[in-house]
Amino acid sequence: MLLKDFLLERKSSLSAKWFERVVETYPSETAKFLKNQKDPFGNPVGSTILQGIDNLFNQIIEDEPDTEKILPLLDSIIRIRAIQDFSASEAVAFIFYIKDIIRQEFERTYTNSNYPAGLREEFSRFEAKVDRLALLSFDIYMRCREKIYELKAQEVKNMTYRLLQQAKLIVESPERSD
Amino acid sequence: MATKGKPPKPEELSKIDYTPPKRGWMDTPVVFKPGMYCHGTRAKYLEAVGMPNARDWSPAEEDWKLPPEWKEIVLKGIKERLQKYRTFHVFMDICVRCGACADKCHFFLGGGDPKNMPVLRAELLRSVYRKYFTTAGKFFGKAAGARELTEDVLKELWYYYFQCTECRRCSLFCPYGIDQAEITIIGRELLNLLGLNLDWIMGPVANSYRTGNHLGLEPHTIKANIEFMIDDIETITGIRVETTFNRKGAEILFVAPSGDLFGVPGNYVAMGELMLFHEIGLDYTWSTLACEGGNFGFFTSMEMAKKLYYKIYSEAKRLGVKWILGGECGHQWRLMNQYLDTWWGPADFLEEPVSPITGTKFENAKGSKVVHITEFTADLIRHGKLKLDPSRNDHLRVTFHDSCNTSRAMGIFEEPRYIIKNVCNHFYEMPESTIREKTFCCGSGSGLNAGENIELRMRGGFPRANAVKYVKEKFGVNMLANICAIDRAALPTLMDYWNPGVGVCGVHELVGNALVMKGEIERTLDLRGEPLPGKGGTD
Repeated sequence: MLLKDFLLERKSSLSAKWFERVVETYPSETAKFLKNQKDPFGNPVGSTILQGIDNLFNQIIEDEPDTEKILPLLDSIIRIRAIQDFSASEAVAFIFYIKDIIRQEFERTYTNSNYPAGLREEFSRFEAKVDRLALLSFDIYMRCREKIYELKAQEVKNMTYRLLQQAKLIVESPERSD
Repeated sequence: MATKGKPPKPEELSKIDYTPPKRGWMDTPVVFKPGMYCHGTRAKYLEAVGMPNARDWSPAEEDWKLPPEWKEIVLKGIKERLQKYRTFHVFMDICVRCGACADKCHFFLGGGDPKNMPVLRAELLRSVYRKYFTTAGKFFGKAAGARELTEDVLKELWYYYFQCTECRRCSLFCPYGIDQAEITIIGRELLNLLGLNLDWIMGPVANSYRTGNHLGLEPHTIKANIEFMIDDIETITGIRVETTFNRKGAEILFVAPSGDLFGVPGNYVAMGELMLFHEIGLDYTWSTLACEGGNFGFFTSMEMAKKLYYKIYSEAKRLGVKWILGGECGHQWRLMNQYLDTWWGPADFLEEPVSPITGTKFENAKGSKVVHITEFTADLIRHGKLKLDPSRNDHLRVTFHDSCNTSRAMGIFEEPRYIIKNVCNHFYEMPESTIREKTFCCGSGSGLNAGENIELRMRGGFPRANAVKYVKEKFGVNMLANICAIDRAALPTLMDYWNPGVGVCGVHELVGNALVMKGEIERTLDLRGEPLPGKGGTD
């Protein structure tokens, strides 16, 4: 509970820092735009990341995060980064930033002498949760990339299917009449 | 050529400094990333239309096999165009870098590459212009925003001028009216002087020059394709519609994009049009020569666009029609609305278009004599000439994507919406800042709808997909209607990636579904041959 209370108290500032770190993976001119333009339709990448990070933060501070809720949140961010200028590791590395951000917040708040007993253990369990998210993120990233290759193949199939059909090079099974 | 590097090792990953280096754009070399560019054109396509410097080459190779005097060719090309096009000269000089356009490009919004900000994309060429054509640039070089034209600069121009779909959204927001599309068009013309086009563009250009259409469909194939659709229409409606090809003396020549004669879901649009024309008894003909409304020559050079479009008026003249009706295509309408008159107009051998069914005069087409099919159909509906059963589209919750060219180059906003509202019961608009003249591009226009640049297309299409997602979540939208053949080719893939479950259709597919034809059997199938829910099909 120590950690949860700590995070809840600083929720908006930690979430904002996390968002900022993600956005800083883009070129500086772009990062500025992603941070400042608030219109969700004028800045779809920035607003999707902002919303995704905010909701992810709400989920991971829970003792038992709901995977069903987390998956679409991760997907919304990773689906974008999977087709941008990022390698696989760069596309999903943002998950780990939250560990650093919280560690830095600890350093700012506590000295060794007033570090609350039990907080380290709780944080270590929190880190394990983040690691699980990272693993889920790899799955999502792979699904996105596989989808891209599937779509490429599908476009070629669509282009040739009708031609083959008309040339009577393919014949489909007739519908059952009964 | 640099490509995407290997992923860092875990220990390296923790040391990555994500703060990008502070350096100017001129000092940031272009990196060719797989998925972001298309194959270079093959020599045979350039040779087919007599374009210079034909050779097989690849953008991924270091050596682009440029002719030795390439630099002189480009500079001479710039000089000629500065003299020929006043707009180009003005656009090179007047930008004050206010940034109004910076965040309006779909490629920048979806990808985040600053060189996709229209202001910076234009600056890639402006910097060369300054160096060789302005006094300040000649003397002060980089300090005056000028730079030498080197092979790297040429490659950068190529990379980014084929990452612009000429959609003109940015120009809408420019206080000076600078049209990035025109800068891109001229940039591409310069690249074409060196034989540096895309395979995906030059293939259709060469096909179109030979057969009249991008796909290279020969007359018997066009006829067979349309007859195949007529068979499908008969299965669905019980009516065998009639049509004619190359018929002299027809009142109207109908010119559709060839994508509608072949590809899915475009063929459903052509089926809807065949049904509509049959039902109203229109005296029209298809041509197997003027069989392409699209014109990839437009993505090559102005001369090539003109060359490929010559077939339309000449065929209208040969067949002796009164006027021309054009199908659901995008850039066809930028050309027909803005260029036909300039090239050959007014087309005095044709008559001012008048609907033979309603008597409406299409005064807006007085010069070109070409009417957009949504204007024609909307007029039919307005005059109560069609019997429609919109409930046949009740399984669809439809939104409408304004195509860049019909909206920003022609101002067609109301007609398709009017039609949709009459043939569907469930229509929902996307947010105002993403439709009509502010519409977002599909991300695949101007010849960029290839397979090898799919990441680019998914980035460029993201702002559009994001707006579709909004109406999907809010209203349950499951169909994205449009009036452009490239949209119909590109948007299904875009939807599959960003919004699975949202289909794509042309407006006249919806018309075909709703159209109650005289003597038809009870409809249980839609134009796709799928059961109509609640109409004898599965619910």
